[in-house]
Amino acid sequence: MLKGEKVVPTTCPYCGVGCNLELHVQDDFIYKVTSPFDSVVNHGNLCVKGRFGYDFIYHKERVTVPLIRKQPQKPGQRTQAFDRSEWREVNWDEALDYTADRLTEIYQRDGSKAMAVYCCAKATNEDNYLLQKFFRAVFRTNHVDHCTRLCHAASVVALQMAIGSAAMSNTAAEVKDCDVFILTGSNPTENHPIIALQMKAAVQKHGAKLIVVDPRRIEMVNYASLYLPIRPGSDVPVFSAMAHVILKENLYNRQFIEARTENFDAFAASLEKFTPEFAEQVSGVDRQLIIEAARMYAAARNAAIFWALGIPESTHGTANALSLINLALLTGHVGRKGTGLNPLRGQNNVQGASDSGAMPWHYPGYQAVDNEENARRWEQAWHIEPGGLNRQRGLTTTEILAAVHPGGVRALYIMGENPMMSEPNLNHTRKKMQELEFLVAQDLFINESGAFADVFLPAASWAEKEGTFTNTDRRVQRVRKVIPPRGQSRPDWEIICDLAKRVESRLNRPRSAYWDYRHPSEILEEMGRYVPDYAGIRYERIEKVGLQTPVPTLDHPGTPYLYSERFPRGRAKFHTLEYIPNAEMPDEEYPFVLSTGRVLEHWHGGTLTRHSWMDDLFPEALMDIHPADAARLGIMDGSPVRVTSRRGSIVLRAKVTTKTNIGVVFIPFHFREAAANLLTTDALDPQAKIPEYKAAVVRVTPASEEELTAILESQPRGRY
Amino acid sequence: MDESIRMTIDQQNVQAAAGSTILQAARQAGIEIPTICYHDHCTANGLCRICVVEVEGVRTLQPACVVQARDGMIIHTRSERVIRSRRTILEMLASSVDLSESPEILTMLTQYHSDAFRFPDAEARHPAVIDDNPMYIRDYAKCILCWRCVQVCAEDAQFTYAINFSGRGFETQISTFYEIPMPESTCVFCGQCVGVCPTGALKPKREWLLEMGYSPDEIMSLTRSQRQRRKRREENSPNPS
Repeated sequence: MLKGEKVVPTTCPYCGVGCNLELHVQDDFIYKVTSPFDSVVNHGNLCVKGRFGYDFIYHKERVTVPLIRKQPQKPGQRTQAFDRSEWREVNWDEALDYTADRLTEIYQRDGSKAMAVYCCAKATNEDNYLLQKFFRAVFRTNHVDHCTRLCHAASVVALQMAIGSAAMSNTAAEVKDCDVFILTGSNPTENHPIIALQMKAAVQKHGAKLIVVDPRRIEMVNYASLYLPIRPGSDVPVFSAMAHVILKENLYNRQFIEARTENFDAFAASLEKFTPEFAEQVSGVDRQLIIEAARMYAAARNAAIFWALGIPESTHGTANALSLINLALLTGHVGRKGTGLNPLRGQNNVQGASDSGAMPWHYPGYQAVDNEENARRWEQAWHIEPGGLNRQRGLTTTEILAAVHPGGVRALYIMGENPMMSEPNLNHTRKKMQELEFLVAQDLFINESGAFADVFLPAASWAEKEGTFTNTDRRVQRVRKVIPPRGQSRPDWEIICDLAKRVESRLNRPRSAYWDYRHPSEILEEMGRYVPDYAGIRYERIEKVGLQTPVPTLDHPGTPYLYSERFPRGRAKFHTLEYIPNAEMPDEEYPFVLSTGRVLEHWHGGTLTRHSWMDDLFPEALMDIHPADAARLGIMDGSPVRVTSRRGSIVLRAKVTTKTNIGVVFIPFHFREAAANLLTTDALDPQAKIPEYKAAVVRVTPASEEELTAILESQPRGRY
Repeated sequence: MDESIRMTIDQQNVQAAAGSTILQAARQAGIEIPTICYHDHCTANGLCRICVVEVEGVRTLQPACVVQARDGMIIHTRSERVIRSRRTILEMLASSVDLSESPEILTMLTQYHSDAFRFPDAEARHPAVIDDNPMYIRDYAKCILCWRCVQVCAEDAQFTYAINFSGRGFETQISTFYEIPMPESTCVFCGQCVGVCPTGALKPKREWLLEMGYSPDEIMSLTRSQRQRRKRREENSPNPS
């Protein structure tokens, strides 16, 4: 029986739930993870990733020494180097001097518009704050973004338009206080497993009623009172039809509307066209179901809406999210316990990375970059001459890649992201990556994107550094150093500071923006001085239990739910909406709608989980297809299929299952052997610039075993 | 919680909220009653009976974890009859289960002066270690059938229902349906069961390999097929081939 040398509390690095972990360590080997049963976030419960998925730290392929490409790379001819023989091991000084030289050279030649950075929603608040500070203060560019753009960007934009904020309004655990809750575009059983447990308990033990609106028959449908199996992209008609019913049947909250909202009359008039009949025609959902759902939601004392990426990841993602916000405003189901508008954030720290300013239009704390007063404040904070900071909104994730060409973006710095798996339309992404003049990768593994890089900076994992993550319900929690960094790897914040100083001295900057932090706590304190929501957060206050932002003062207890008194923009605003079809609609040539997403055992581009034993549990990409469709095409469970869109084609095995509905196929995007994003479209939502990951049209044809890129012994699984 | 009730526990006057169990009332008054199967975050079932107490006027001993305290109850948690029962329970457990990784139960054995060899003819249960997945192993020789794992797999946490009791009487064991390998069951490998197991019967695989003498390096060098090989325990050499 192992006693272990120590047990260190920390926060899970996977999803936005932010579970509290205790890592058990012996000889710097984490051999077990437990969770305290009195945790306010997860009550001792974990999922497979949190409990067992940390072995990537010790994987043989992890890079723990700085690397420079042996063969100098030229724009347009850049190649991928997965093999270590194509890289030269160097020391940190050489790697950082080389990086600083190249970045300085490009900046001095082409100016700030040539510089761009992808921050990382897996890294800490401190890492992200510093990386955006580096690019804004030193390179004077706002081309700073991270994967929130590919994730909840449209939810954030919609919430800012309607309410003036950009986060979950309530705490996930409050779901037990709901009488009714709507779950849409979200599969929490696989993507927010602990919130799914709380939802199941809310239904089974606390009598809550669940309405699921989703094109996939997700496991939560087993717990639902109503299931509306909508066609992908028909969200606005369905939710607007619900609003239509609520209005016609006089079930709306007049008092709330008068006291706290604006633009109601125009909105009410706009609902005329969204009859249940119209919604039925567009969505394929029986009108009676829509009417029942509307009555159930409106009649509840406390009702909440939870959504994830099925809502924003669309060319009309902002409108989708607005249709949900309209519903909550119409019924007044916001601003109380057990109500609210709750976008479930995907990454462990996507909320925090957004709060820390890893976004092209905002400084930390959602302060617009094109606002003079904000710019002046940050110039002061970073010791920059007045007018020094760039006032122009920067490019978003997808726009940055699109702008890679002579005269556009030349140098890209990627911390922890993997655009070569996560961007839509990967064939296009590949061309753009090849055209870069200089690429820096800061990561644990040489992933599909890092393989294009000129220099690889080995970062410490989450268990090897100090910091904070902000989870989906805005709780800022500690991340602790449990073991020393492996090999020569270094915490991201240290790498950034070291590099920023080297660039500053090459640029002969009269005053440094300041990089001499002794501990990450000083970084968070600096951010808190200029971001009121974080002003009251100190490491010593969150040693045991995290605090939920806003925390404006040092004695403020944190904020479990928002908007009880007022909305950040004053009155919340109703928005009138139109039904806009998806960028691509199924036709004879491409009859299926492809939805993409994640599975329980894997994470995003797979950089971490495909280097974990979890890969044994789910070793290959599988395409979910409905039995009726499969029978028509002659596809058996487990047989290879070719899936083709207008942009690309992949071969993988089919999984014949009623988890998906007729006409819709689903492919997880973790697997490079059959990368789902070769198929997806890079059509963007005009307001939020988020791509339409959830609705590309495809053709499915039987394929042969030989066409599979990776032939593995398949792992039979019995889970739903 | 409005109403409160009064009782006497070990000659001490105790006040507790109506609806409390005897265990809760006693703990609140600082009176320690031993528990084994009971867990704060699982539904109590009174399976192991180690928490039995004597209630005046009640014929049988009462499991404190499930019996509600009532106004005017006179309770003895350390009477001779209680102590004898607990000692016997511990002796029976020790005779049939491998308690080597249950430090709390071993401490109780000493506290209650139990004779671990009181039943020399008892048949110990020693089923082989089940190593059928990459995440955790199941060593049911160490299982005391406390039911915590079954409960957290069901309504107490996960709503997955991958495991339950199989067999009857002495043959009772925790198992998947028809003993299918864990990956083929509804298991989602959340490890909630591992988290509540009190005896080391359920254990993360890497912890288990470490205990068997594999070094962290050797563990991380195992290939997929080596990880899937079963009954590693029977192998002599810790070096992966």
